[in-house]
Order: sequence, then structure tokens, then C-alpha cells
Amino acid sequence: MCGIVGLFLKDQSLQPQLGSLLSDMLVTMSDRGPDSAGIAIYSGDGEFRSSATKLTLQSNAPDKDFVDLAADIKAEVETNQSKISLTIKDTHAVLTVPADMVDEVRTVLTKLRPNVRVMSVGEAIEIYKEVGLPRSVADRFAVSQMSGTHGIGHTRMATESAVTTMGAHPFSTGADQCLVHNGSLSNHNSLRRKLIRNGVHFETDNDTEVAAAYLTHSMQKGASLGEALESGLDDLDGFYTFVVGTRDGFGVVRDPIACKPAVMAETDQYVAFGSEYRALVNLPGIDVAHIWEPEPATVYFWTH
Amino acid sequence: MQIFDLEDRGLRALNQTLHDQANDTNQTSWEIINPRGSHAIAVGLDAPIEVKIKGSTGYYCGGMNKQADILVEGSVGPGVAENMMSGTVVIEGDASQYAGATGRGGLLVIKGNASSRCGISMKGINIVVHGNIGHMSAFMAQSGNLVVLGDAGDALGDSLYEAQLFVRGTVKSLGADCVKKEMRAEHIALLQNLLDMAGADASPKEFTRYGSARQLYHFDIDNTGAY
Repeated sequence: MCGIVGLFLKDQSLQPQLGSLLSDMLVTMSDRGPDSAGIAIYSGDGEFRSSATKLTLQSNAPDKDFVDLAADIKAEVETNQSKISLTIKDTHAVLTVPADMVDEVRTVLTKLRPNVRVMSVGEAIEIYKEVGLPRSVADRFAVSQMSGTHGIGHTRMATESAVTTMGAHPFSTGADQCLVHNGSLSNHNSLRRKLIRNGVHFETDNDTEVAAAYLTHSMQKGASLGEALESGLDDLDGFYTFVVGTRDGFGVVRDPIACKPAVMAETDQYVAFGSEYRALVNLPGIDVAHIWEPEPATVYFWTH
Repeated sequence: MQIFDLEDRGLRALNQTLHDQANDTNQTSWEIINPRGSHAIAVGLDAPIEVKIKGSTGYYCGGMNKQADILVEGSVGPGVAENMMSGTVVIEGDASQYAGATGRGGLLVIKGNASSRCGISMKGINIVVHGNIGHMSAFMAQSGNLVVLGDAGDALGDSLYEAQLFVRGTVKSLGADCVKKEMRAEHIALLQNLLDMAGADASPKEFTRYGSARQLYHFDIDNTGAY
């Protein structure tokens, strides 16, 4: 099954509540997928965030890997040491670096801590995901205290690859991009081989990662997210309801058969997505929201 | 009237309470509050009672209904009135996928739109949708009537058996073996009756009837090349 939730805020006054609204929505979807859960939150303060980039890191041995990591990185880079900071959250940590030092820091990170994995990179995005129920994942990372402009959550019932932290959703394959998926792709192996030949790197055997990488690769070749999603309707074979996030946008697309459920709600304050209506019932003003089921093979997208 | 707070008392208690109503119960009118999108509300009823649900529901609302008259003052998730036997289920809002699937009798009325696979494999149920229906509706529908006041999506009536389909608006495409058929006097009478029962203000003459061309019923040696 899998459960998806998403919340795109139009009303800035709701931003401090994004994490708490989104984690409550995700917990409601727990029985759609008990294996693992994850959440992507886009936070940021508008204009000035573009000077810094956040890397969400993950480690299976955070006590060892994250201790002294900031100091070790600062010792390796030449400049701007004072602009590098690390915030540890359980198995994850957010490393903030100047935007023009991302490549340098990633090279240093790989050398210093080869086992640390980068979950996301971007001006706004942070991704937290682990094996376990949504409640425990949300609590571990204190998601309910996070503020932001939009976010996506997923609770997984694994079908196409192992139940691991890296197999959990959301998948991020490009700066400030992420994707979650309910369904299963049947041509992911052939598409992965094709993308690898084009220089795309994969972390897992997961089908959803292929969809995420496909979209990133299409956009790198010049497509807009909307165009990438449209071409995905032709190139991705299988069942899917996708919810995608970008730095300032939020999109939804379902395959032409549209077996995988999706409900959307829109008010003046937000656009919300749920695998089921249950996920939306606690949102403010839901009683007067416009509620609909997204059409099959139709791309929906909102931007700030 | 009996009021049942679903949030307070839970789903099992609700359905057990409704199941406990016998044919001669005095408690014939029920109101369920706080449905909040819950699944399997008022499933498996078998008594001539009225059940009003004050809000939207999740999966399988009113499934397997016998005798009861169920009204949802909201929208419903997938599989509403699945395998209904008799009685009525009326939805004031929209219905998600496979509304009335495999239904064997009774009347399902959807005042808003129904999404994909409405009436899939229906076996005698009557379904009246005031709005539109999605793709693959009435797939392998065997008997009963599907009435749509709005438009139908792709592949209407694919692999249809003997169900009759009446659509007032446009049909995006017909499925395999589903064809347009003439509206004879008996169809006008049948449709008028269904529209009256469903409280739909429309003239039967505005509708087009679709049914099975009956070419897929049996194995045809000329089709072997297609397999």
C-alpha cells in the first residue's frame, strides 16, 4: 500500500505549524505501511537562504560519525570555516555550508566519513527517514517542531527493495528535489541501466529512486518539472501516485490506471495531499476546503 | 433517533450495534457523527433501518448492505456499497474508485461525481450518478443498470455482459465490446423509474443507451491470433 501525505502552505502564518500538521497527517496513515517512514521539509527564510546550502546526513553510528565532524571539516577546508555548522538530530545531521563550497565539502566528507550518507542537498530541503512507524520517526527527529513552507511524508510497505533506511522515502536525487511513491514500477531495472549509462549514480535497488533520478536527469537536460513529469507518464511503466517537492514547488501525478489512491484539499491557506481523506481531517478549515481526487495521467503543480 | 459518536465508541461497536438491529427493531433511525474518513462504516447491515452518516467516509462504506437505507452527508472513499444486496445507499458528495463494485441489488445514488471503475463487475445493482464517472466504469458489468447524468471517462463498459448503461453526456471512449444501442419504450420507462427513485431531474430522452455487442462471450477461433 504505502501512505503519502503532503502539505503546501499558501498562508505564511501556518509555517510554524508545518512539521506538526504534516507529522500528524503521516501518523494517521501508519496502517498503510508500517516498515519505514520519512519526511521532507522545505524550510527557509525566503531570499537570504540562497547563500547557504544544507546537507542532510545520515549515519548508522551517529555517536562516532557526527562527533567532531564539523571541526574535522573546518580543518580540511581553506576558507569560510565560520560559516560551516552541524546540527545533530539522532541518526541524522544537518550540515550547513556556503553554497559555493558544497562540492568541496562533499569531497572532504567522503574522505573523512565514508560511511555517512547524504540524504538531501539544497537551500531549503531537509530529509529525515528511518525504519519504523511514522510516530517513532517523527518523534526521533522532532519533526513536529519544524517550521517550513511545504513538506512531504511517506510511510512505506516495501515491495520492490529491502526495508532499510536508504530504501525509505522520500528519495532526493537532485538539489532541493524529492519524490515519494505509492505503487511499484515494472521497468525500473531497464530504466536504471539506461540512466547509469548516462552517468546517473544510484544508492539503492529501489524502484522509486529510479523515478526520482529519471526526473532529476530530465530536468538536468533542460526540462521543467512539469515537462519531466509529462514525459514520465510515457517512460515510467507501473503503478504510481507520485508526490514531488522542489525548492518552491509541490506536484502530484498519477499513472493512467490510477489504482493508487489520492485525495487533495485546497483552501486559501494550503494545498494538501493524502492517500486517504482520513489524513486531512485535522487540517484547519477542512470542512470548507475544495476536496477532489486528482485525475489519472494529469500533472498537478503549485509554486510559491 | 439514535445518535452514535464514532470517534467516541469506535468502529467495531458501531457495526455490531447496527448488526444487532433485527427486522422488527424499534430503533429504525440512526445518525453517525464524527466519521472523519473512517473505513468500513455501516458495513454488512441487514435490517430495514435508516442510517445517516454526518460527514465523509473512507473505504467500503455501506458494503454488503441488505435492506438498510444509508445516507452519507459528505463524500466517500473507494468501494462504497461494494457488493450491496438490497436497500439504498445515497452519497451527497463524490465517490472514489469502484463505487458499487460487484453489487447484486439495491440502489446506489451518487449526487456528485464518481471516479474510476464505477460499477465494475456489477451484478444486478442500480447505480445513478448525478455527475460524471471516471475511466473503466462498468468493466465486466453483468447485470443491473448504470445511469450517468454527466459524462463518462475512457473505456466505458469494457468486456461488458448484460448490464445496461445510460449516459446523458459524452463518453470519452467505449471499451471493448461495448456499443451504442437504441432506446426503446421499455428503456425509457425503466430509466424514468430509476431517475425518479434517485431524485434526478432529467428526461430519459436525453440519454444514450450502451450495452454489450456480445462478441466476447465465447471463445472465437478467429481471435486466436490476438492472444
